[in-house]
Amino acid sequence: MKRLFNFNLPPLLSVGPAALFLTVFFIAPFAIIAVYSLMEADPFGGVRRAFSADAYIQFLFTRDWDGNLQFDLSYLNIFWRSFALAAGATVLCLAAAFPAAYYIATQPRRRRGLLLLLITVPFWANLLVRTYCWVLILRDSGLVNGWLIAFDLISTPLPLMYTDGAILVGLTYTYLPFMALPIYASLEKTDWRLIEASRDLYAGHRQTLARVVFPLARPGVIAGCIMVFIPSLGAFIAPSLLGGGRNLMIGSLIQLQFSSSRNWPFGAASALILLAFVLLLLYLWRRRSGRDGRDDGESIW
Amino acid sequence: MKTILKFLILFLPVLPALPVMADKLYVYNWTDYTAPQLLEKFENEFGIDVVLDTYDSNETLLAKLKSGGGNYDIIVPSHNFVPIFIAEGLLQEINARDMPTLGNISDKWLNPPWDRGNVYTVPWQLGSTSFTVNTDVYRGAIDTYEILFDPPPALRGQIGMFNSPDDVTAMALIYLGYPLCNESAAQMKQVRDLLVAQKSHVKVYDSDGIKDRLVSGETHIHMNWNGYSFRARQEKPSLQYAIPKEGLLSWVDNLAVPKNAQNPDNAKRFIEFFMRPRNAALQSNFAGYDSGNANATRYLDADKKSAPEIAVPDGASLVFSETCSTQAIALQDRVWTDIKK
Repeated sequence: MKRLFNFNLPPLLSVGPAALFLTVFFIAPFAIIAVYSLMEADPFGGVRRAFSADAYIQFLFTRDWDGNLQFDLSYLNIFWRSFALAAGATVLCLAAAFPAAYYIATQPRRRRGLLLLLITVPFWANLLVRTYCWVLILRDSGLVNGWLIAFDLISTPLPLMYTDGAILVGLTYTYLPFMALPIYASLEKTDWRLIEASRDLYAGHRQTLARVVFPLARPGVIAGCIMVFIPSLGAFIAPSLLGGGRNLMIGSLIQLQFSSSRNWPFGAASALILLAFVLLLLYLWRRRSGRDGRDDGESIW
Repeated sequence: MKTILKFLILFLPVLPALPVMADKLYVYNWTDYTAPQLLEKFENEFGIDVVLDTYDSNETLLAKLKSGGGNYDIIVPSHNFVPIFIAEGLLQEINARDMPTLGNISDKWLNPPWDRGNVYTVPWQLGSTSFTVNTDVYRGAIDTYEILFDPPPALRGQIGMFNSPDDVTAMALIYLGYPLCNESAAQMKQVRDLLVAQKSHVKVYDSDGIKDRLVSGETHIHMNWNGYSFRARQEKPSLQYAIPKEGLLSWVDNLAVPKNAQNPDNAKRFIEFFMRPRNAALQSNFAGYDSGNANATRYLDADKKSAPEIAVPDGASLVFSETCSTQAIALQDRVWTDIKK
């Protein structure tokens, strides 16, 4: 008995917690969502124990006002809008975070700690509060319009709030640290002699950046892009506060189905379809970088 | 022997927590909706311990009672859910007509369609959903939904709507003169057309931060609840609450006693106690809503006594929101997706 313990427990102990964590917090909820998406909606919210594929049919087909089933792009359109905004936020984050991360990585060791701390400072305040601050900055009577009017640059306030641009600003602001930190982590390990070597071989600033620094930062860039893109897709607070709820995003669509539309199966199906899209995207991405003959993604996957 | 001793030692600390046969009243009410002074006064007068628990939606309340959970003595369902609770056999008769204090309730709120004869319920708090207008910006008459759905130039692009399909479609249906919870595709298509056309004038769909947007001038006309409109006017006097002639969307939350209540007599005592004018006023002063109690007005705080938002004007035609069928909700969801796709 004792020997069995000595032999079996250590591997079980080491794998057990992770396996348990994944089962309880990932596989089980995922299974519940999958089962719910294939059930009938209960009139007061929740589901009935009866099989129904209606939720998936509803995603692509809708009854028109005369009751005929027809192909409908509404939900795909909502998905497309969310993907476009998430991609936009990812690009903006990359453009802002790369120079910042590069700058921090080239600082003396002692200063780096302080600068990294400053990047994480916004996390100390609640996300809702921080997003609401953007409302105060962007609204008609807000800071930006107030200054522009005070300096006589405009006479009527610019419509900054309740636009896709405002959502983009909000998403970029929220997820910027998720891009900056992994890029910094990659650059920090850089052997700076490589850059000297590049210079010695008559590469200009641009060439050095494109052929030496950027490839070195690639794992961090990929990790950062994934960590910004995926949460942006399902973002809920920025679209509803800064976008003014004028257009549905995936996050608000799913939320709506679980609340006033009382259609849990469709909400669950939407969440699963979103997951499928994301997995497909990641798969394509990975296959492409595989074909390039690089496996620098390996360290993150 | 040893086991028994262990058992005793383990459970000894729990013993004082077991009921000491004290009289209790378990109240289950919406969050932030029960005046603490009211419960305190009841406890002092009757020597009954009141335990308050809270929920955030009628659906939560229904689910909890249906699963047999809770053991509550007092619950507060909204008028549109009362028929469901009665049909599901979840309420017991309280026969409010036999209560001497029922006479304080205004005739308007007695014998309501959802509980004829007040067999199961009495009103707790009531209010309405309409819209608030900045009368400095728009000086015309505000007693019609027309200025919300087909706005005059001064209000174009200045509209704030709720971000909830049920309230928005209900309001559009009242404006068009159709029944609520509409199951007719043809009529709901007109609702869709109306709301899609309105969208170009709407600045924001958001049910939070309404007061802030109205006071800062971000929107000059905004769908609103009566209590919020009252608070907005305290900060900006030009903000007036509209009582539309097409009909005012109204709600009533009601006191009721669940079938499996442990202390039904205490519950009835509480209901009778609440309908005394001073006690109803205590609750209204806390929550800021009318209690439907005709004699409570004189005990209200000065600012609430004269507020046009709080007491429903006599001539107003009231439309009570309903609990919609699955088909009506599906159509409503279609309308909403069409507006926001």
